[in-house]
Amino acid sequence: MTYVADVRALARKDLLLELRARDTLPAMLLFVVATFVVFHFSLPAHSSQLAASGLLWVAIVFTALLGLGRAFVPEREQRTLDGLVLAPCDRSAIWLAKSIATLAFLVAAEAVALPVFALFFHGLRGATVAGVVLADLGICAVGTFLGAMAVATRARDLLLPLLFLPLAIPIVVGGVGAGVASAPGGYLGFLALYDLLFGLLCWATFEYVVTE
Amino acid sequence: MARPYRLSLTSLALASAVLVTLALVLVFYVVPNDASQGFSQRIFYFHVSIAFTAYACFAGGAWKALRYLWKRDSRADLESYVAIHQGVIFGVLVLLTGSIWAKISWGHWWLWSEDELVLFLVLFLFYCAYFMLRFSVDPGPQRASFSAVYALFGVVLIPVSFLAIRIAKSFVHPQVFTLHGPNFGGWILVAYCVAQAALLLFALTLYRVELAGKRLDMRLRELRIA
Amino acid sequence: MIRAQKLGKRFGDKRVLRGVDLDVARGAFALVTGPNGSGKTTLLRLCAGLAAPSEGELAVDAPRGRIGFLGHEPLVYRELTALENLELYGRLYRVPERRERIGMLLERFGLWEVRRDRVGSYSRGMTQRLALCRVLLHDPELLLLDEPHTALDAAGAELLDAQLAELHGERTLLVSTHDPARVESLATLRLALA
Repeated sequence: MTYVADVRALARKDLLLELRARDTLPAMLLFVVATFVVFHFSLPAHSSQLAASGLLWVAIVFTALLGLGRAFVPEREQRTLDGLVLAPCDRSAIWLAKSIATLAFLVAAEAVALPVFALFFHGLRGATVAGVVLADLGICAVGTFLGAMAVATRARDLLLPLLFLPLAIPIVVGGVGAGVASAPGGYLGFLALYDLLFGLLCWATFEYVVTE
Repeated sequence: MARPYRLSLTSLALASAVLVTLALVLVFYVVPNDASQGFSQRIFYFHVSIAFTAYACFAGGAWKALRYLWKRDSRADLESYVAIHQGVIFGVLVLLTGSIWAKISWGHWWLWSEDELVLFLVLFLFYCAYFMLRFSVDPGPQRASFSAVYALFGVVLIPVSFLAIRIAKSFVHPQVFTLHGPNFGGWILVAYCVAQAALLLFALTLYRVELAGKRLDMRLRELRIA
Repeated sequence: MIRAQKLGKRFGDKRVLRGVDLDVARGAFALVTGPNGSGKTTLLRLCAGLAAPSEGELAVDAPRGRIGFLGHEPLVYRELTALENLELYGRLYRVPERRERIGMLLERFGLWEVRRDRVGSYSRGMTQRLALCRVLLHDPELLLLDEPHTALDAAGAELLDAQLAELHGERTLLVSTHDPARVESLATLRLALA
């Protein structure tokens, strides 16, 4: 139970920080809508609806990257990660709380982006939305983990997309599949499997990322 | 440091030279031509065994990474890095031989329908990021931990990507090329096994050579600091 | 409480600490002195568990939650208020009667009036006072203080001295400073790094 309390306290802090600074969420929202407009002009006229559903995933992954790149900025600027690492809580709670916070921002951005996508291009299937939700879990779990590594390197912001995109390819496959296949169950299952496997891996190894 | 049951580097190099020669002889002179693809199909023996060797290197690198996280032994970190380095070299060879094979068989240098090629492209990107990560952190326990953790992500990514590429085919490329796979048996099987053993041994030799060099480097640095 | 033998630390090719032997008994007040770059900060970070030694042995006989570490950075969030920062740490350290303790510390270090202001609006001295509140919040057994007088005005420094005198004997302290005269009278042990 103390674990849950720790995660709550940490996640509350992250949401509070965003509420004060208000820089991540507006940026993500603006970015995702702007991406849709760019897509409209980059798609040839009369191109298939399938192409548009693929582009939705490009928009989601890059919007998420925008938020993930900011995730550990408060910890980096004031080196407060040291303070959290010194606290007697399990270190994985730091990762979990941060993932929950980034998930909240991503979901909030998508709550606007998905209806806008449906308006601009074509309607959305229930399976696509389910795929987005499952994909969000994996994106935030893995992305937050890699974000914590990236901020500790010299290359910082440059490194996160390089570390993250190869790991995001299976998510895109599962998400696009869920959106276009006639039987999306298998793809949703695949996304859930991804979330489970990588979630466990992140949870088990985060300690090594924040300690020497 | 050398454990008694270990082969010396010289004998390892000799053994791998002999096996590689044997494999070349078998593949080019003994195995019969493939019925449908002719002489060029012989690249299959190398392509497949190089791919398997690359997997073995990645798995070995992840195993050493796990050992590092467990024992915090900086030697395991170096071993993990060298194994992954070898894996990437063999991975590039997979892309090259696969590309040649695709050109010969289907007339295209690149085919998205070739699972293994696509998988190795993903892995190539992933392990390039591994090097970027490693060279972006100062040597020390933090770099070792980051590398080790990312290497572990790699071994989980391999099967997950494999599965992803498989299921992606149904919507990305519905048409599936039928592969004129060789009918395993007789000389073909022998040639494949020898080629496989030769490449594994060759990779091990390269691994040991690189490791010896890197260790010497580290020793020199230690002496300079002290 | 702290026992180190031939302790050393390197960052890449740079050796910042080497061959340090240290034996700090429970209740001791150890003073670490030395010029800039002599490894005082690194030694304290090693003791706190924020860094791993490159060579030698180090044993710290206090669980993670019972150590108080004050580094160069205050380790507080500038976007949050003093109260929110201490609330967060109070929860993570599971401080009993959190509110009362936070109030008492803010009062003592003269931050009560500004407790609802964002730390970003604080002066350096006020931030340092808040950092001291953070360190003392969970009443640690072992205090690792890296140049604690930094940025404090005369009143703040006196508050800190009084606090140190109060902790003296009851808690174990490892204090680094380049101005030893200030706390010399309290020290039971001295370690000069070169």
